[in-house]
Amino acid sequence: MCGIVGLHLRNPELYPRLGELLADMLGEMQDRGADSAGVAVYGDPTWTPAGHGAVSLLELDLPAAEVAAAIGTSLGSPVDVRLLDATLLMTAPVTSEDLLAAARSAFPDALVAGFGADLAVLKGVGAPRDLAHEWGLAGAQGWQGVGHTRMATESAVTPSGAHPYAVGPEQCLVHNGSFSNHATIRRELRAAGVEFDSENDTEVGARFVAKALADGKDVEVALKELCATFDGFYTLLVSNRDSFAVVRDAIACKPAVIAETDDWVAMASEYRALAGLPGVENARIWEPEPEVVYAWTR
Amino acid sequence: MDPLIFDLSTTPLREVNAALHAADLDGEIVREIVIDKPAGAHSVAVGLDAPVKVSVEGHVGYYAAGMNQQAEVVIAGNAGTGVAENMMSGTVVVRGNASQSAGATAHGGLLVIEGDAAARCGISMKGVDIVVGGNVGHSSAFMAQAGRLVVRGDAGEGLGDSIYETRIYVRGTVASLGADCVAKEMRAEHLEELAGLLKAAGFEGDDLSAYTRYGSARSLYHFHVDNTGAY
Repeated sequence: MCGIVGLHLRNPELYPRLGELLADMLGEMQDRGADSAGVAVYGDPTWTPAGHGAVSLLELDLPAAEVAAAIGTSLGSPVDVRLLDATLLMTAPVTSEDLLAAARSAFPDALVAGFGADLAVLKGVGAPRDLAHEWGLAGAQGWQGVGHTRMATESAVTPSGAHPYAVGPEQCLVHNGSFSNHATIRRELRAAGVEFDSENDTEVGARFVAKALADGKDVEVALKELCATFDGFYTLLVSNRDSFAVVRDAIACKPAVIAETDDWVAMASEYRALAGLPGVENARIWEPEPEVVYAWTR
Repeated sequence: MDPLIFDLSTTPLREVNAALHAADLDGEIVREIVIDKPAGAHSVAVGLDAPVKVSVEGHVGYYAAGMNQQAEVVIAGNAGTGVAENMMSGTVVVRGNASQSAGATAHGGLLVIEGDAAARCGISMKGVDIVVGGNVGHSSAFMAQAGRLVVRGDAGEGLGDSIYETRIYVRGTVASLGADCVAKEMRAEHLEELAGLLKAAGFEGDDLSAYTRYGSARSLYHFHVDNTGAY
């Protein structure tokens, strides 16, 4: 099982409703597994103010003020930190890479959930409706959001096992399914210098895509290479600051539905997650074909 | 008589299905049932066993009209995984597209998908007739045992893999045939059978000569003495 949802808004009039729509979509997928959940929100002016870099940290059991002070010292300038359930979301008027370096230097053992200029990644253990409430997701704004609710099969129920995997700048990957040759590929990536946070199969997919993008490939090429390299079952939703892509494995037993209108593109594990979207009654709705990369940019 | 109307946005699915399973639902007092606002719910109108007509006004989730007997179910939208799975008799019509495993293991009745069906359409079908207005995905009619599958569009890879005695008619192209599935001659009885299936599904007027029949080469499911060494 596991459930994934994603919403890529085209009409700026809907930006204020991103969080509300995403929270409803994710909540509708709660039946598909509710041991942990996560979201990635692109462009919320409070969580990721313009001109600031943002970093999400997990597994750091310290008050936000203490974390802000330590990273501020490391960075040499003030850092704003807020605790959203178990995620510490920090921003500062520097690049997200600089902020990330300062955070890593201050807290080398913390788990980095995501980073970017516009990307807030929140994840934790628990049911998605409860977590969305704790995060205040319904109040979030932005142009794009991704969510995942997990039924763990390949690794432990921990924040590090929760999706999304946001391992490159502005990037985010969610996965319904399981990779069977992830240990082999992790070993190869480690040999190539890639570092990992967990033993989770999906993280290997995310690191693989991030490496391909870092090597200058576009997302379609990266996902085609993933299809050729990874064995297993998957529906993947891969987002970047400006892109939104879906791919399924050749067997295509993990579900996926895409809907598109002039105002938005949405995907989910099941149609019921899309049923509440404005204008869905006139959307073009289809099931993605196996091993075809569907990608949208803004 | 006025139809019995259920609104799934206000009435719990279990209540709706329980009403459809009521012992006094015999098609005489209640003939028509309308289910509004399904919003992709799973298991809508499953397990029916009465000569009633059920109209579902929207998209449904998994296993809609599964295990159907006698009833005529029309889904005015798309259907998720396993629509009409294990149907025994009656008719299920999907006005839109169907996801994977449509009509899986179904023993009887007629399943019509007016749009496309995804992967594994008619997997392990055991006597149902399936007519698809558009295309079917890969591994359709996998291990299909009995019944007929008509595809008015194209078929994906591995059509009819390990097929037994189902007859398949495809108008368009077949990406590839599965193990032991072969094209066969269209004899008069097959043209007659195909015409009857298309008519029953509401697709009259197709050029029947454009269809190809596929079925089992019967080389896989009979024991072959040359394979003794493999055991």
